[in-house]
Amino acid sequence: MIEIKNLHAQVGGIEILKGINLKINAGEVHAIMGPNGSGKSTLAKVIAGHPDYEVTKGEIIYDVNFKKINILELAPEERAREGIFMAFQYPVEIPGVNTSVFLRAAFNEICKHQGAEEMDPIDFDLYIRKKMKLLNMDDKFITRPVNVDFSGGEKKRNEILQMAVLNPRFSVLDETDSGLDIDSMRIVADGVNKLKTKDNATLLITHYQRLLNYIVPDYVHILRHGKIIKSQGKELALEVEEKGYDWLS
Amino acid sequence: MNEAENKKTAKILNEKTIEQNFLSSRDYKYGFVTDIETDRIPEGLNENVIRLISEKKKEPSWMCEWRLKAYRHWLTMAEPHWPNFEYGPIDYQAISYYNAPKKAPKHKSLNDVDPELLKTFDKLGIPLTEQKRLSGVAVDAVFDSVSVGTTHQSELEKVGIIFCSMSEAIRSHPELVKKYLGSVVPYSDNFFAALNAAVFSDGSFCYIPRGVRSPLELSTYFRINAADSGQFERTLIVAEDNSFVSYLEGCTAPTRDENQLHAAVVELIAMDHAEIKYSTVQNWYSGDKEGKGGIYNFVTKRGKCAGAHSKISWTQVEAGAAITWKYPSCILQGDHSIGEFYSVALTNHRMQADTGTKMIHIGKNTRSTIVSKGISTDESNNNYRGLVKIMPTADRARNYSQCDSMLVGNKCRANTFPYIEVKNNSAVLEHEASTSKINADQIFYLLSRGLDMEGAVSLIINGFCKEVFKELPMEFAVEAVKLLEMKLEGSVG
Repeated sequence: MIEIKNLHAQVGGIEILKGINLKINAGEVHAIMGPNGSGKSTLAKVIAGHPDYEVTKGEIIYDVNFKKINILELAPEERAREGIFMAFQYPVEIPGVNTSVFLRAAFNEICKHQGAEEMDPIDFDLYIRKKMKLLNMDDKFITRPVNVDFSGGEKKRNEILQMAVLNPRFSVLDETDSGLDIDSMRIVADGVNKLKTKDNATLLITHYQRLLNYIVPDYVHILRHGKIIKSQGKELALEVEEKGYDWLS
Repeated sequence: MNEAENKKTAKILNEKTIEQNFLSSRDYKYGFVTDIETDRIPEGLNENVIRLISEKKKEPSWMCEWRLKAYRHWLTMAEPHWPNFEYGPIDYQAISYYNAPKKAPKHKSLNDVDPELLKTFDKLGIPLTEQKRLSGVAVDAVFDSVSVGTTHQSELEKVGIIFCSMSEAIRSHPELVKKYLGSVVPYSDNFFAALNAAVFSDGSFCYIPRGVRSPLELSTYFRINAADSGQFERTLIVAEDNSFVSYLEGCTAPTRDENQLHAAVVELIAMDHAEIKYSTVQNWYSGDKEGKGGIYNFVTKRGKCAGAHSKISWTQVEAGAAITWKYPSCILQGDHSIGEFYSVALTNHRMQADTGTKMIHIGKNTRSTIVSKGISTDESNNNYRGLVKIMPTADRARNYSQCDSMLVGNKCRANTFPYIEVKNNSAVLEHEASTSKINADQIFYLLSRGLDMEGAVSLIINGFCKEVFKELPMEFAVEAVKLLEMKLEGSVG
């Protein structure tokens, strides 16, 4: 579904990613682990198209309608409309903007692009409530301004709700587990598991093995100094937890 | 531009950087000039000019006397320089105080108006002729110094509402004009109000009789066209007991390198249980990127809640003019009367705004609400200045004020000057203020969910201004959002 080839990226003139190669197929869950500063979040932001990160080499090939396109040539909103989603590590507050209004605007942009009919507010309300039920979320969410006065856990759950509503094909979860207590993490993980199908794929970015007890990955990759230094099955995460990262270098 | 061209432009804009986007789409689309023959009084101001204005308008002698008194008082006054902005000196002798399209004032029917004028208003989105006029809104169209026509007049007459140009009101309803003109803003009130009283050329007059709810929105559209001239209009709205009116005001002017003066006065009077809702979308030409040209907008707007349980509500979207000096105010004289002020002031390029409100509580149990949203971008200067005054008689008065500023970029300025004077211990006042920045993170968050730049900016601005926009009549709210989007495009990122 998506293949990252020899990806180099820098921010403020400093090279962070130094040749990433990664292939993810539909129906798979991959996890990327690595110490602080290894480039995990940079990879997520480059995939989403954050303007601060400059790609100096390489490409990200993504399947769209049986065609292969390099998403680095697309603007962030065009990537989103092709079904790429990033759950933010630090979700942003938008004061005064009702969460359901925001979600409907985003949803309809994607519909429009995909050639589907836009949803009116009443149908959308039913749709979003169904998704919230799936994720065991409270109705109060959608009438509040986007992320304003949300707790850390609520913000992360709001990201998963957006993922459920926008129904992406490829999702990157950037440290979605950070700052969550065990119950919140279970709810978030449960949501991600429910959204998994044979047609979509997920890339989990995490510091800790903990999350991987709840969302079991097909592959684990270790990122260090801007390169993937080891890839293996889920057992690699346990090994890292036990031994740290140093034995790998 | 036609639709195909629009689409093409939109596509190109998407492909280009934000910076370029900014250059091509922030053009002022109302900047054209109408070529029309005018009856013009040459530049300069003295008693003879004032007599001439009065004569041209065939005014009764008391009106001319009032003008002259105002002029003599004006001579003793000095231009105020306390606002927080700077501008070059205004040469009051270099301004022409009367400019009327030659064929305008005599006709009875709007269909007889000079087609050139009708075309101008069509182009501004304000069709006046019977076939095309807006339904649900009665419009008085003011072009330079005169009103060129008022729509829906007969419909309003049926319910007893008088809605006409000020000149017409002076001729056909002198007793009402004499009674109320200057009763809220006396000619001695301030420098610009005195100048206006001396030279005002037209404006709208509106009288809602007892117990009548206006079936239409009433509206005045002000257009400055002539060069080296000023616009000095005067609006007077009287709402008798138990009446209701919603009034809208819009304004535009051509793009010119020279500054032009607009000094207007608006007076509102609400009797027992009457309600006046006054909305403005101000889009005067604001000058270019370097601050060259634009309208100097010095306006005195004041409403008197004369009756018990009366209510006056000001809603303004100030998006144009090189300089804005404007404080729509409420005198809450009647017991239980209510004053409201909802404002969005947007400044870009080198615009300077010093705007806010005054709420003067005199009656018992009077209440006022102030919600001000300032958005400043580029190198502009945006100030809120407001006064809440509780007089000794105003037992249990209440005020709630909220002043929020949003900064876009890091060369702009925003200031808040709230003044509070309380002379009664039973008053309860609340004041909240905030300053925020629209930032790249917010934009990226929205883009990454599939919204484009325009949609993202519009969502954020809508969120910020929500409390004000919801006070505007529906179609004006849509216009206002579009106007702000256009002004903001490209300055975010």
